[in-house]
Amino acid sequence: MSAPESLLNVPLNDLHITLGARMVPFAGYSMPVQYPVGLIAEHKHTRSAAGLFDVSHMGQLRLVGPDAAAAFESLIPVDVIDLPVGKQRYGLLLNDEGGILDDLMFVNRGTDIFVIVNGACKVADIAHIQAKIGSRCEVIPMPERALLALQGPQAVTALSRLAPGVEKLVFMTGGHFTVNTGTQQIDVFLTRSGYTGEDGFEISVHASDALALANALLAQPEVKPIGLGARNSLRLEAGLPLYGNDIDTGTTPVEGALQWAIQKVRRAGGARAGGYPGATKITAQLANEAAATGKKRVGLVALERIPVREHTELQNLAGERIGEVTSGLLGPTIDKPIAMGYVPLELAALGSRVNAIVRGKAVPMEVVAMPFVPTNYFRG
Amino acid sequence: MSIKYTPDHEWIKLDGDIATVGITHHAQDALGDVVFVDLPEVGKTYAAKDAAAVVESVKAAADVYMPANAEVLEVNEALRADPSLANSDPLGAGWFFKIKLANPADLDALMDETSYTSFAADSH
Repeated sequence: MSAPESLLNVPLNDLHITLGARMVPFAGYSMPVQYPVGLIAEHKHTRSAAGLFDVSHMGQLRLVGPDAAAAFESLIPVDVIDLPVGKQRYGLLLNDEGGILDDLMFVNRGTDIFVIVNGACKVADIAHIQAKIGSRCEVIPMPERALLALQGPQAVTALSRLAPGVEKLVFMTGGHFTVNTGTQQIDVFLTRSGYTGEDGFEISVHASDALALANALLAQPEVKPIGLGARNSLRLEAGLPLYGNDIDTGTTPVEGALQWAIQKVRRAGGARAGGYPGATKITAQLANEAAATGKKRVGLVALERIPVREHTELQNLAGERIGEVTSGLLGPTIDKPIAMGYVPLELAALGSRVNAIVRGKAVPMEVVAMPFVPTNYFRG
Repeated sequence: MSIKYTPDHEWIKLDGDIATVGITHHAQDALGDVVFVDLPEVGKTYAAKDAAAVVESVKAAADVYMPANAEVLEVNEALRADPSLANSDPLGAGWFFKIKLANPADLDALMDETSYTSFAADSH
């Protein structure tokens, strides 16, 4: 299968093809959706050993300057200023209505704030950040960097063999490391984080070193290449939202059940309350969720073994449309049909029952706590 | 007994006016790991091109169409219990349903194996 010429290639494109990947268009790039072993085996390998994901389509950028943290705080409802050096945090880029423009991860590296954004949003994100705070700090896109994720309970075993010291990091911290491939020393910046619910690392590397790094990781006995298909099933089991499906400009952090990402310091009564786009609306939603928001993202499990997919209509037990599923599949680890979707607050409590309408048939679903599969982060 | 193929990647094994229907090797390969099948109702009559069954991989769902006007005689309960049979043995143990054709000549327009192989190669 050849990709249309308009698609961009990641630095590891030839490696993916050599490994037999099925390549698909994703966020403007030709990306590996699965390898010959198949999505379910890839998913299970990541849960039991270690999977290597190429996520080089994602956007990497630096915010540089003495005012960078304060400037970035004006765009996201998150504590940036007090984030210690070496620590990573989840953030949400908001529009003036409090809708989510993108979700992102950032690290205080001391000399800069290093930000990773979604591939499909990166051009708009960088333009937005540049327009809003480009006068207060330098906004430096890093198209020269590739991004690899090594995820799974044996990721630390595999990576610490090549880069001693990474085992000392805890979840949501990062640092500069040297990876010794045996023939080459590769400088990387990595964080102990990821998008699968497992322990693991996200590794930013210069594109010219990406192939040597990937080959060194794939040479470890624990590591196999994993495609975007399993990345999606892993993240859904972990209860993590996918931007564009589960959250978008039509949802606020509170509606998206992401208020945990808003630290006290930015909430009413906090030292730096408000001061981000949509703050008035979101502060009101935080104060009185029931009065302020009409909907909430919840986890759902089908009570029959029928996959319930995105855009499936959700109904209350009286047969009225109440919302829709935003992500859904048969979770390979949990072996049950799981989904995320939006329901009215009165049906958002754990144990609530709704019906998903699959090919005209009502499939009963129950609101459950997320994650669907317990997370396995290394907190030290 | 002859085997015919539809442009929707179903195979039909014809034996008089009785036919067995499944999805092709090409179809199961494109879908990936099959995790769920929804099979038609035994005894029900379908028109040609009706969606008679659904096959789902982790990521995608696809309809399986009735190749001609027919009545469903039997469905593959083993496939319902183990949907991965559609991957491991699509033309054998992974069959979907058996039908009684209203008019076996309806299948004459479908592809033979040679035509289908070339069609499937081009549909990449």
